[in-house]
Amino acid sequence: MNSLWAVTLATLKKDIRLEWRSKDALNSMLFFSLLVVVIFSFSFDPNAEESRQIAGGLVWVAFLFAAVVALNQTWARELRNQVLDAYRVSPAPATALFLAKALGNFIFVALLEAVMTPLFIVFYNLRALGPAWQLIPVGILGTWALVVNGTFFAALSLRTRSREIMLPLLLFPISIPAIQAMVEATRIVLAGDGSARFWIVLLLTYDVVFTTACLGFFETVLQAE
Amino acid sequence: MKRLFTLFSILTAILLVYGLYQALVAAPTERTMGDVQRIFYYHVPSAWTAFCLFLTNLVASIVYLVTKRMKADALAVASAEVGVVFCTIVLVTGPIWARPVWGIWWTWDVRLTTTLVLWLIYVSYLVLRRFSDTAQTPILAAVLAIFGALDVPLVYFSIWFFRTQHPQPVMGRGGSLDPRMLHAFLINLLAFSCFGAMVCWSRYRLEILHREVEEAHAMESLAGGDVAAKPSLPLNRGGAQ
Repeated sequence: MNSLWAVTLATLKKDIRLEWRSKDALNSMLFFSLLVVVIFSFSFDPNAEESRQIAGGLVWVAFLFAAVVALNQTWARELRNQVLDAYRVSPAPATALFLAKALGNFIFVALLEAVMTPLFIVFYNLRALGPAWQLIPVGILGTWALVVNGTFFAALSLRTRSREIMLPLLLFPISIPAIQAMVEATRIVLAGDGSARFWIVLLLTYDVVFTTACLGFFETVLQAE
Repeated sequence: MKRLFTLFSILTAILLVYGLYQALVAAPTERTMGDVQRIFYYHVPSAWTAFCLFLTNLVASIVYLVTKRMKADALAVASAEVGVVFCTIVLVTGPIWARPVWGIWWTWDVRLTTTLVLWLIYVSYLVLRRFSDTAQTPILAAVLAIFGALDVPLVYFSIWFFRTQHPQPVMGRGGSLDPRMLHAFLINLLAFSCFGAMVCWSRYRLEILHREVEEAHAMESLAGGDVAAKPSLPLNRGGAQ
């Protein structure tokens, strides 16, 4: 258990340091989601009540698209200089590597959300009519739902032709229930109609099921040669 | 094996013809919906066949992950491909029926949406198969199939939370169904199950032959043409190396 956390932390630190020096993923994600926000607000131009109804969908679609940008770079970096092969032969547990990558992506996407949410609020004049604190568990669980499967499918599509297009093709169908839960929960909180509890529980279930599945199958995928 | 397949094909053809007669001629016209209700004799059996094939795919994928047998993987490919075809039939015949009866082509009801998401997942499965042609593809595809299966109950519950509009199954409610309709339905259910199994079977054989030919080509180029065309060579494609 100790070695699992040690390896996870070491890999995570390495990834954060790399990202801090290059800022490749963060910059491209930020700019990409900014573009999505601007294009969406041109295309819809809603009034206050309408934006409460659609903002949940817009926010999460923007984050989903932006997250794919970061997720695609997760493993591509390790292909250079055969780093991934080194991981394969090293005695470090594969789950630690996966956890580190997923946590790293979670931090990057959460940072993106922290920067972009105020922008959304400004552009769409949003004010929550329901209990706004509920957006925090929705945000955390929703981001993890996108990132955990995204990291896994990025590893899965690593050796395919044109892997950059492959990742969304694999990730989006599987993510449909999670996206629906995030969007509905956000809409309910913003519009203040009813309780978002069902959707939060659904997100939690989704996270538990797929985190377990990812951890269970990652070794199989990593060693699939 | 070949004779069994021929016999099975003939049986399927007879069943399909008989089923067509039953559905279009023998079964009485439904009182409120009219002739469009007859699509039901094809819609439901196709859905049943598609779900059976997807289940076959899941089982074959798990068997492949455990045993690494090439045949299990070939069955997984065959059942996924044929399952997508039958699922497409379901998704096309549904709106054709819904438009005159419900007045809408499509609604985000629990069964419709779950079927659509299932279709999307299996299309992405086939895309993965198509885009990745290395030896580890079977393992990756099998893992994806298991992820898809885990996803389906979640999709179901997320949509179930909304009101559902799909007609409740009429079987078992008793009395309301004409026995000739039930007969036509059951014949078509059997015919479509056999048809699905037959197409899946031939696709499976095609896949096995395809792999044997590939293997033979590979061995031929390795040995410089000495062992050309030896289809019974041991197959280890996709196994754990």
